[in-house]
Amino acid sequence: MSGNTANKIEIKNFNFYYGNKHVIKDLNLSIRANQITSIFGPANSGATTLLRAMNRLSDLEPSTRSTGQILIDGQDINDPKVNVTDLRRKVGKVFEIPAPLPLSIYDNVTYGLKFLPGKKKQEILDTMEWALKTAALWDEVKDRLHDPALGLSGGQQQRLCVARVLALKPEVIIIDRSCSGLDPISTSKIEESLIKLKKDFTVIISPHNIAQASRVSDRIAFILMGELVEENEALQILKFPKDQRTSDFITGRFG
Amino acid sequence: MIKLTARTSERIAKVFILSIAVLIMGILIWIIGDILLNGIPHINFSFLSQMPRNMGREGGIFPTIVGTLMLTVLAILIAVPFGVGAAYYLAEYTKGGIVTRIIRFGAESLAGIPSIVYGIFGVLLFVEILGLGFSIISGALTVSIMILPTIIRTSEEALLAVPKIYRDASFSLGATKWQTIRCAVTPTAIRGIVNGVILGVGRCVAETAAVMLTMGGNVLAVPSSISSSGRTMAVHFYILAQEGVMQNAYTTAAILIILIFIINIGTNAVIDQFISKRTKGAR
Repeated sequence: MSGNTANKIEIKNFNFYYGNKHVIKDLNLSIRANQITSIFGPANSGATTLLRAMNRLSDLEPSTRSTGQILIDGQDINDPKVNVTDLRRKVGKVFEIPAPLPLSIYDNVTYGLKFLPGKKKQEILDTMEWALKTAALWDEVKDRLHDPALGLSGGQQQRLCVARVLALKPEVIIIDRSCSGLDPISTSKIEESLIKLKKDFTVIISPHNIAQASRVSDRIAFILMGELVEENEALQILKFPKDQRTSDFITGRFG
Repeated sequence: MIKLTARTSERIAKVFILSIAVLIMGILIWIIGDILLNGIPHINFSFLSQMPRNMGREGGIFPTIVGTLMLTVLAILIAVPFGVGAAYYLAEYTKGGIVTRIIRFGAESLAGIPSIVYGIFGVLLFVEILGLGFSIISGALTVSIMILPTIIRTSEEALLAVPKIYRDASFSLGATKWQTIRCAVTPTAIRGIVNGVILGVGRCVAETAAVMLTMGGNVLAVPSSISSSGRTMAVHFYILAQEGVMQNAYTTAAILIILIFIINIGTNAVIDQFISKRTKGAR
């Protein structure tokens, strides 16, 4: 696997509660830079909650609280000094459901950019083109950038959402339940771009099936009921799981 | 007890619902048709542009058109900032606590009060205590309070109907709360908000009791400013009908209905233009 073993994200003794419900339990996990890490588990395993906590989208929900730390480059993201909008630009997020805003394709890709001061028009155009090319969507939309984004197919919408995040040049890209409900062609296009992206970004995905996890991941963390069961190189987890629960899940005994 | 098969109950339900729909539409078409058939043939330029003579038995309705427009524009200008502002506050800035519930309960109670009560309140507060007299401004202030609940509730519902995923997407692209409201929530909710305003306009145009009490409906001159008295078309229609001047009442009602049509269609066209511009990304 990749020789670069620097840790981009360190999650330490992390607990998360919705009201009285304890959904993430004392979780410790390191995520390496320039790799694709799959955070993997059945529905309600806590994976989505963990991904939401990483760019503090969980702040938006009432009556949630957390203990422990999530460190990105050694900085605790819940530190009061941290500017939450800067954090969200640094840790980009693609949602399970493709959610283009009811604006044009152009406006969707440049949505985050327009809140950054001092961007020149040409710079924005270049970034938009680069982001759409990297997300493998440019050729399909270059002649209709000002059409409504909601007119795109589901797969194109999902790639648009990837492009929209890329345009902000984040350091970490989180893709939740990527590609669930997409056709195989769109899925393989997104997976190809993910593999290209890891040169420059740290990618965290929550794959929607084992096959996808095995195709793209460098490392896999298996989460069950809010607890980390095990974390290792993808091949080790898939071929030689140490924990019985992991092997039960992978062989399809539950989930 | 007779046991119906699924097929029969399906059919009965269908027939029942269909007949209700036909009945409602029938009544609506009857009322509007009656007014338009009796009114439209008598609409002409001189009716629209002339002063009423002999207390509206002869002549036109020009001052009441001016009065209606002044009242409506003024009331909307007063009510929309407060109403839409309150809706944004309720939908975006409160978390369903006690304050929200008090405001919501207050708004709902306001909606249930008969308009004559608003009229009395307007006379006491605006006409007497604030010394605005029987004037268009007193009428507009009274009517703006009446339409507030409609605007608040409709706008709030439009804002709450914006999918959570749009907010999440906007926040995760580094937008602040206000930027999210401005750039992601409002374009999605704007049609619903405008619908609330249109309902408010409809109520302004149609309101009679409260307007008659606060605007001093006896005056049949063209209002010269917002502090003059005046009469709206709805008030004029009411007085004409009461005095048995049926033809002019019908004509006035027809014009009133046509005006409301024009406002609705016009506003929707403007909004369509606005929305398609936004989705095309033209600046």
